[in-house]
Amino acid sequence: MNKAEPLIARYSHKDYKSAVKPIWCPGCGHFGVESSLFRALAYLELPPEQVAVVSGIGCSSRIPAYTQCYGFHGVHGRAPAVATGLKLARPELTVIVTSGDGDAFSIGGNHFIHACRRNVDMTLLVMDNEVYGMTKGQPSPTTPADWDSKIAPGGTGVNPFAPLAVALASGANFIARGFSGDPNGVARLLVEAIQHPGFSFVQVLSPCVTYRPEEKFWKKMVHSSSVEPTHDPAVAGHRLLSDDGFTTGVFYIGNRPTYTATVGTSDNDLSAIEEELAI
Amino acid sequence: MGSGGAGSITTGSLLLEAAGQVGWYGLLTRSVGPQIRGGEALAMVRLAPTPVTGHGDRYDVLVALDWHNASRFIAEVPLDDKSLILADANGGDPPPAILATGAHLVTLPFTDLADELPGARPNLLALGMLSELLGISMDSTTQAVIRTLSDKGLSAAHATDALAAGGQLTTTFPHTQRLAPPKPRDTGRYWLITGNQAAALGALRGGVRFAAVYPITPATDLSEWMAPRLQKLGGQLIQAEDEIASMNMVLGASFGGIPSMTITSGPGLALMTETLGLAVAAEVPAVVVNVMRGGPSTGIPTKSEQSDLNIALYGLHGDAPHLVLASQSVADCLTTTQWAVQLSEALQCPAIVLSDQFMGQALTICERPAPLPDAPPRRIASAGSDRYDRYALTEDGISPMAIPGTLGRQHTADGLEHNAHGTPSSGAADHLAQLNKRCTKLEQYDYGDAWAEIDGEGETVVLTWGSTAAAVLEAATQARASGLAVKVIALRLLSPTQPDKMALAMRGARRALVVEQSHSAQFHHFLRAYYPLPDQVEVISRPGPLPIRPGEVLNLLLHGNQS
Repeated sequence: MNKAEPLIARYSHKDYKSAVKPIWCPGCGHFGVESSLFRALAYLELPPEQVAVVSGIGCSSRIPAYTQCYGFHGVHGRAPAVATGLKLARPELTVIVTSGDGDAFSIGGNHFIHACRRNVDMTLLVMDNEVYGMTKGQPSPTTPADWDSKIAPGGTGVNPFAPLAVALASGANFIARGFSGDPNGVARLLVEAIQHPGFSFVQVLSPCVTYRPEEKFWKKMVHSSSVEPTHDPAVAGHRLLSDDGFTTGVFYIGNRPTYTATVGTSDNDLSAIEEELAI
Repeated sequence: MGSGGAGSITTGSLLLEAAGQVGWYGLLTRSVGPQIRGGEALAMVRLAPTPVTGHGDRYDVLVALDWHNASRFIAEVPLDDKSLILADANGGDPPPAILATGAHLVTLPFTDLADELPGARPNLLALGMLSELLGISMDSTTQAVIRTLSDKGLSAAHATDALAAGGQLTTTFPHTQRLAPPKPRDTGRYWLITGNQAAALGALRGGVRFAAVYPITPATDLSEWMAPRLQKLGGQLIQAEDEIASMNMVLGASFGGIPSMTITSGPGLALMTETLGLAVAAEVPAVVVNVMRGGPSTGIPTKSEQSDLNIALYGLHGDAPHLVLASQSVADCLTTTQWAVQLSEALQCPAIVLSDQFMGQALTICERPAPLPDAPPRRIASAGSDRYDRYALTEDGISPMAIPGTLGRQHTADGLEHNAHGTPSSGAADHLAQLNKRCTKLEQYDYGDAWAEIDGEGETVVLTWGSTAAAVLEAATQARASGLAVKVIALRLLSPTQPDKMALAMRGARRALVVEQSHSAQFHHFLRAYYPLPDQVEVISRPGPLPIRPGEVLNLLLHGNQS
């Protein structure tokens, strides 16, 4: 899509918003991400009832109830698994997982890896603020090693990992990073991610103004990618591992076949199966 | 019995199949070590002219293809001075404990003879011998062998020769073991089936078309049997990255409107409990078939126990009413699992079905279980533009569920406590109302007579559940022959409890026996918590893997705890 093209379509982003008021703190990056998601859905002209937003636990995972789509707000870290079952059962739905850095990368790390690997057609949107916000300020897998907190005085001493590189190594079919302070940019990434077949992963840097106030300066640190997305995982891997973590844009577009499975209730004739057992 | 790979289980299965072809009933249970090859394997076959659902008290014949690992099995094979042991001459020395039973030992040249005959294996000779010994027609045995082993390159001529040579061995020793002649029965009405297959079929009959699983002994063969058959029906079984994922995939598919299930054993069930709580709160139907094994922890993966009752009943955090059902026999694995799917769908509530290794991996000949009557399906909300409250407080507690894609019925299925509309709420009134709703829908539902199997009448009542019902029913029959009036109540629906029905069933009871395969008497404590018992209560509560046998129950029935 052309970056200059305005996001105007049949649906307004307001058609995707429910009446439930978010619990987020004033100034939270997630407001911008939510707005980007609605703009992307509106641009794609997806009827709200044909979209399912699935989440786990955390500030970012509250989004399903704030949408006018179908929502599933499950347990901590397991949303990719719920979304997998839902998409296999109902392939015609657009399935989006909204998650955070703790939910997707820590407790849900195993599901993150295997969702990338399985390559079911869905989009994982991770709002990464490098902190556990809902439990009031603990380090996550993307928090710097020296970040001081009550639970880890002086820092965890453990280096953050690179989720985009992990996604690439695990087989994700579309990998991008955005910044919540650029809602239009995030909306464009989401449009592309939703449209691309297979498992798409979009990390959105989304500052936590309450527990990581220094993240307000991310707006000065982010910079958009100066190169075109690659289809070559080796090139993408090099870029991701040498990146400063603040480059936004699409890093990788793969062409792996989407995992599909037929699930239906049409055939109820068990007689052939039962005949196998006859003696 | 024999070393793993020697073909003991195959021998037993073929014997059972051949016997079934000519009209006998039977049950094969297996006991194996954890090794894939080179461990130990024991096939225990019980044949009769009437249906067989459990272990007996003793064995008439033991065939030992070798004695290498026999000491691990001795406790599982009760023999006496009327038993016959037929052992390979090259199989090593029998353990002293086997000889101490007084059983008559005959040494036979299975391996030597197999070396001389093309295509023959010692287990095939043993099968021919058993077939002749028991009076099963050699034609029937040959057909069973050819059906099963022709894929492995065994020719019909070689099979026939080997079985005949095995049969000839019976002329070399004195014997009296012979089956009573089978009663005539209709063909086409019987199945050769394992409990795990029956559970899978029950799920399919109930409408399950999606399954997500993680491999675990002794439940994996259920998943493996189900996978290709689900595909044939337009469904799908997928292997998840772990049990937590499989349970969550099931909820996702079920939320999408497809009846869904997972299959596991104790350690996997432990991992699923958080998500089962979500299914309760979000009111999403889901079925878990839990094939119990010895626990806790890794425990005894290959052998049976009834010790997951507590986790199934009480393992969910918070106040989380849900369905717990238990299969009572191989054939009943079908009935109970199908019923569980029906209940789960109708009540929008997760159901745990407790089976166990004994039933799950036992192979039996049984009459085709009759189809269950249709049950009310999942109550679905149709499209509309009026207000939709996903968790509306209805009279029966069941609120119509909208399936994604339905216009105007968008909502969020939520593990957070919510109001009737589905909006998250931490308010006391909403919490109480939704707790009441989820409790009410289970309590008000009419479960009919299937909550328990009740057999006989009498002031002495035996209370049991799961696979121990077989031994109890057999003991009760014998006790009645000795003049004791005995009533058996075997519970199929463990949760929600059925106090009124139980009170009716227990009317006039003066003495209760509780029989279960659990070290800590989980079932006994469950009964104490929810049901009034008479003053006189005796309990058999032993851990696995040794089965509870009819003789033990009969002894308690007739002689009480004093004996």
